[in-house]
Amino acid sequence: MNFGFSEEQNLLREQVLRFMHEHCPMSRVRELIASDNPFAAQLWQQMADLGWLGLITPQQYGGVGLKWVDVTVVLEETGRGLCPLPFASHLLATATVLRCGSPSQRSRWLPAMAAGHAVCTLALCDDGNWLHPDAVTLTGQRTTDGVRISGTKPLVGDAKACDYLIVALRIDGKLALAGVATDSVSLTAANGLDATKPAADVHFDNLLISEDDLLPLDDADFHYLCDLGAVITTAEMVGAAEAALQMTSEYAKERIQFGKPIGQYQGVKHRLADMFVDIESFKSLLYYAAWTVDDAPDELPKAISYAKGYAADAFAQVGIDAVGLHGAIGFTAEYDVQMYLKRSKWARPAYGDSDYHLERVATLGGI
Amino acid sequence: MDFELTETEQAFREEVRNFLEEHLPPKDQRGPGFLGSWLEKVRERGWVGFSWPAEFGGSDGGLIEQAILKEEMALAKAPPLGSSFMGLAWVGPGIMRYGTQEQKQRFIPDILDSKVIWCTGYSEPNHGSDLAAIQCKAVKTGDHYLVNGQKIWTSGAPWAQWIILLVRTQFDVEVKHQGITCLLVPMDSPGIEVRPIENMAGDRHFAEIFFTDVKVPIENRLGEEGDGWQVTVSALANERSSIGEVTQMFETLDRLKTLVKQTTRQGKPASEDPLVRRRLAVFETRIAAMKYNGLRYLTRQIKGEPLSSETSVNKLLRASLEIELADFAIELSGPAGLELRGSDHAVDGGSWAKSSLNWPNVVIGGGTPNIQRNIISERILGQPKD
Ligand SMILES: Cc1cc2nc3c(=O)[nH]c(=O)nc-3n(C[C@H](O)[C@H](O)[C@H](O)COP(=O)(O)OP(=O)(O)OC[C@H]3O[C@@H](n4cnc5c(N)ncnc54)[C@H](O)[C@@H]3O)c2cc1C
Repeated sequence: MNFGFSEEQNLLREQVLRFMHEHCPMSRVRELIASDNPFAAQLWQQMADLGWLGLITPQQYGGVGLKWVDVTVVLEETGRGLCPLPFASHLLATATVLRCGSPSQRSRWLPAMAAGHAVCTLALCDDGNWLHPDAVTLTGQRTTDGVRISGTKPLVGDAKACDYLIVALRIDGKLALAGVATDSVSLTAANGLDATKPAADVHFDNLLISEDDLLPLDDADFHYLCDLGAVITTAEMVGAAEAALQMTSEYAKERIQFGKPIGQYQGVKHRLADMFVDIESFKSLLYYAAWTVDDAPDELPKAISYAKGYAADAFAQVGIDAVGLHGAIGFTAEYDVQMYLKRSKWARPAYGDSDYHLERVATLGGI
Repeated sequence: MDFELTETEQAFREEVRNFLEEHLPPKDQRGPGFLGSWLEKVRERGWVGFSWPAEFGGSDGGLIEQAILKEEMALAKAPPLGSSFMGLAWVGPGIMRYGTQEQKQRFIPDILDSKVIWCTGYSEPNHGSDLAAIQCKAVKTGDHYLVNGQKIWTSGAPWAQWIILLVRTQFDVEVKHQGITCLLVPMDSPGIEVRPIENMAGDRHFAEIFFTDVKVPIENRLGEEGDGWQVTVSALANERSSIGEVTQMFETLDRLKTLVKQTTRQGKPASEDPLVRRRLAVFETRIAAMKYNGLRYLTRQIKGEPLSSETSVNKLLRASLEIELADFAIELSGPAGLELRGSDHAVDGGSWAKSSLNWPNVVIGGGTPNIQRNIISERILGQPKD
């Protein structure tokens, strides 16, 4: 029994921390999100060279062949630094090809994805407020030379940074996925409040997809991919929430009011303690969920619903209190804590809000 | 990360299970002599004081085996492994660490053999959370201390044979944690008067204790004079693995789910009410969080990393669950939910109604939620002390 990280995993964490510190500190994050595409090719290449983009990709496809617990370590740290690069999207796209791709598609795509040459994202639902296969409504028409798609996929995460999009659609009423080059579609950038998580509407204008670029998708795949999306999101939430707490805790030690550090007032100190309790809790649940992906897949749905069901609302409250406990300075654009509040708002509904996940906990728990 | 047990650990789990199958009859078939023979049998197996060093009569049991033992005992709803909870939880460990050779020989075997029940005299009427400010006074005169003062909320005092007592031996101290001494005192000493206090659930398991010129031989002092604070704090911090508690809470949750399935609200099945479903799911999620927090902290202990005050995390989670689970069961059941044992209307034998009055056992005893928050904020997050 060992519910902790290995020496190698601890080293990986240090490596990511150092990378974020040296190459993607908050000043750089701010620079990136001020541009209209927060993608930095050089940083991305560094991440690829460090092996992170192929961490879960088997070695035969040019990856490192590690597990979800390992990639969780990276996600926690990129989340801690609010890294705006499409690491999370790319990881889910990688998992999609691994799950749904044919052997030849895997050989064709995964090596380039692991090497960082092909940046990818996954676009599942057309109704973003519904995590269900029926929420996939974009349709493709079968023709003699392949499948033609017209229509719009709304709010696709990181679309602009990506070379390829993996898009869920219906062909003759049946679910499928299509690999699409981003330069064959047009994008309308969205304007979400968390600029570290950019999105765009993707417009298809009678686009022809060859059979080679179609992947099968069934309901079980759909739910599995949503669960992985929730694992990824929650792992980033753990790091981000810890950063928000740490920032607030440090501030509470230094800020003097009524002649004492505000951290001495229990209205402040007890809220900090409650934040700690919540973060510890969804962190433990998330680690367990990440472990189930490779080692107990039958338990993944319940495990991730525990974690995201807890984290969604708890992190939202952490974000609010982190700003609130700073006073007016927390409200300023210049101060970093507000960026964590924005991430908490982004993360709350992503791959299922607490209503969705808690309802599933009830169902899976026999109620 | 893995949840695998080694062969030895797995074999140990089997051993415990087999033992329970053989020696633990269902609750309604346990006769009057059952408890005595149970205590003898678990003692024979070496499961009482399982983690204690063998030289003191323990089994040198490892952390994982200890967790397995607790988990299996809780799953089987077995009675405790000894008659003196406090003797096993902190008096014994305190004596093993700070006691003289003679004290060890005198007290440890009786704790393991369930011959002596201990109680804990720390809190006083004016000093509860602020324990270090205690005033109960002991003056050294000749070969003994003379104790005068009062303790209160002493659980088990009405039937305990011994008390581990915190007294003040020095009043002119710079900081209140100094000048405190720990004494081991027989409850039948002349000058001790125990007055049981009835709690809101109608039970009388705690008491106030008055000490008037009680003579305590110097050889009954645990640790040095003035070291009482360290002696008790380190003993209290002893083992706080929450595995057994989590198992019990999952079991309570199962009972709550069963109740939900049998209940209607406004004429409709409660199990179909989204608010009911959500609340059950929140409970389950928090209990699961306790489980995995506990395993994470256990792993750290196994790796030899000292735990700071992380156990306060699960204590806080548990405190609110303890209150909310029972209250939710009552709320679901309408007026009948308030009926106590013996009533025709009682739900689940009145156990929820009773629990809804019993939460202070867990929530206040051993440090209130506010104190746990102080501990987390000050010791883990480094906030300044109040
Ligand atoms: C069922 C039960 C069994 C017990 N058994 C024993 C026993 O066997 N032996 C023993 O010695 N004691 C025992 N106790 C006593 C227990 O340890 C104390 O009740 C507890 O430490 C709180 O002390 P108090 O009751 O004096 O409350 P107080 O310390 O007076 O606290 C009153 C309220 O003020 C709050 N408060 C106090 N200080 C602070 C602070 N610094 N910041 C914020 N809030 C604060 C508390 O949280 C609480 O809500 C038992 C108590 C109970 C309920």
